[in-house]
Amino acid sequence: MIRVVGGLALAALAAGLVMAFGVAPRETTQGNVQRIMYLHVPSVWVAYLAFAVVLVASITYLVRRLEAADRLAHASSEVGVLFTGLTIATGSIWGKPTWGTWWTWDARLTSVSILFVMYLGYLLLRGMVEDRERGARYAAVLGIVAAFNIPLVHFSVYWWRTLHQPPSLMKPGPGTMPGVIVAALLVNFAAFSLLYVYFVAKRACLLRREAEAA
Amino acid sequence: MLTFARRAFIVLWKDLLVERRSKETLNALFFFALLLLFLFQFAVGPDRERLAGTLPGLLWLGFILSGLLGLGRTFVVERENDCWEALLLAPGDKSAIYVGKLAGNLLLMLVVEAILVVLFGFFFNLDLRGVLPGLAVVIVLGTVAFAAVGTLFAAMTAQVRARELLFPVLLLPVQAPVLLATVKATEAVLLGEPLGSVAHWLKLLAAADVVYVAVGVLTFDFVLEG
Repeated sequence: MIRVVGGLALAALAAGLVMAFGVAPRETTQGNVQRIMYLHVPSVWVAYLAFAVVLVASITYLVRRLEAADRLAHASSEVGVLFTGLTIATGSIWGKPTWGTWWTWDARLTSVSILFVMYLGYLLLRGMVEDRERGARYAAVLGIVAAFNIPLVHFSVYWWRTLHQPPSLMKPGPGTMPGVIVAALLVNFAAFSLLYVYFVAKRACLLRREAEAA
Repeated sequence: MLTFARRAFIVLWKDLLVERRSKETLNALFFFALLLLFLFQFAVGPDRERLAGTLPGLLWLGFILSGLLGLGRTFVVERENDCWEALLLAPGDKSAIYVGKLAGNLLLMLVVEAILVVLFGFFFNLDLRGVLPGLAVVIVLGTVAFAAVGTLFAAMTAQVRARELLFPVLLLPVQAPVLLATVKATEAVLLGEPLGSVAHWLKLLAAADVVYVAVGVLTFDFVLEG
């Protein structure tokens, strides 16, 4: 089952790359640099998805005490941190030629980097509590606090400053993106989501075996 | 409800009594705040212009750093005095312990912050009398948010070996929005702007207060058990 998802993710990823680099047109003002968007936007989507899963799994763990929920939260947080890092890295690579700088304290850069350190702290907590059951409880509490913090981070940073491209996909009114670009983006969304499921399933499976062996 | 408040108050009263007799935390924090002032002065230099620009940030940096020291000890004290088990054995809702500890931390931090504000005014030669009411609103709103998460995380890290490391590492990222809001609001208040001009920041802080205290009350049971 996990292997099937992995295969699907691989196929979708290949299709996504073909769409992004072959089929989608070259952007007129930004040039080929814009193509990184096909990786950047799905990455941040997966990051938010992962942290939402951490929230749900954390609440489930505290209420039901299912070890599987704890493992799901653990696996999802790791994958979430990974994709948050990818988002920052791809954004930085895009920012250098476009904005002329690797890093700027723009609103969304800042909020994503706050998420990054917040969940790095979460992983740190998981690593530092010796007692497994206690670690699971603490991590669940932190997973809930961190998730509820996301809207606060978002608003505070947005008011603090903004310079980022306004979102071009989900904004109200008629869309400005040609259909091919949207299609390429959607294929990549699907690919990254499948990849997320594959990573989390694989990691959770590994965590279960570790727990059984211990 | 009444018994809940009574339990919370007993915890607060106990901590105040311990503090009054030992004066451990407050003395150390007062001294620490004084040292911070020295450090800030050395870091920024005597230039008044530059000082005025960095003042809101420095002020909150001072609150946060002394808060980290103070809050981190909330539950360590119970362990050192072998009171942890007794605290767990106390009948009824564990979240009353959280509320009591939160109230104690809030008092402690507000006292330290008041001292810091006076010291800032004294050392940096500022006349803060006119902006004091606005400043107080911002400080109270920000401190509730900081203490609410801080008290929860202090309970979580009290049982961990590297707690001095883990506590700030967990708390600071979560407090990023609160810091942004308080520094921005303080900046406006110190410039003499009315509170209405920073209403969105104050609303954000109020929302953070409600969210953090609610999450703290609801999840504290899970932190203390076992």
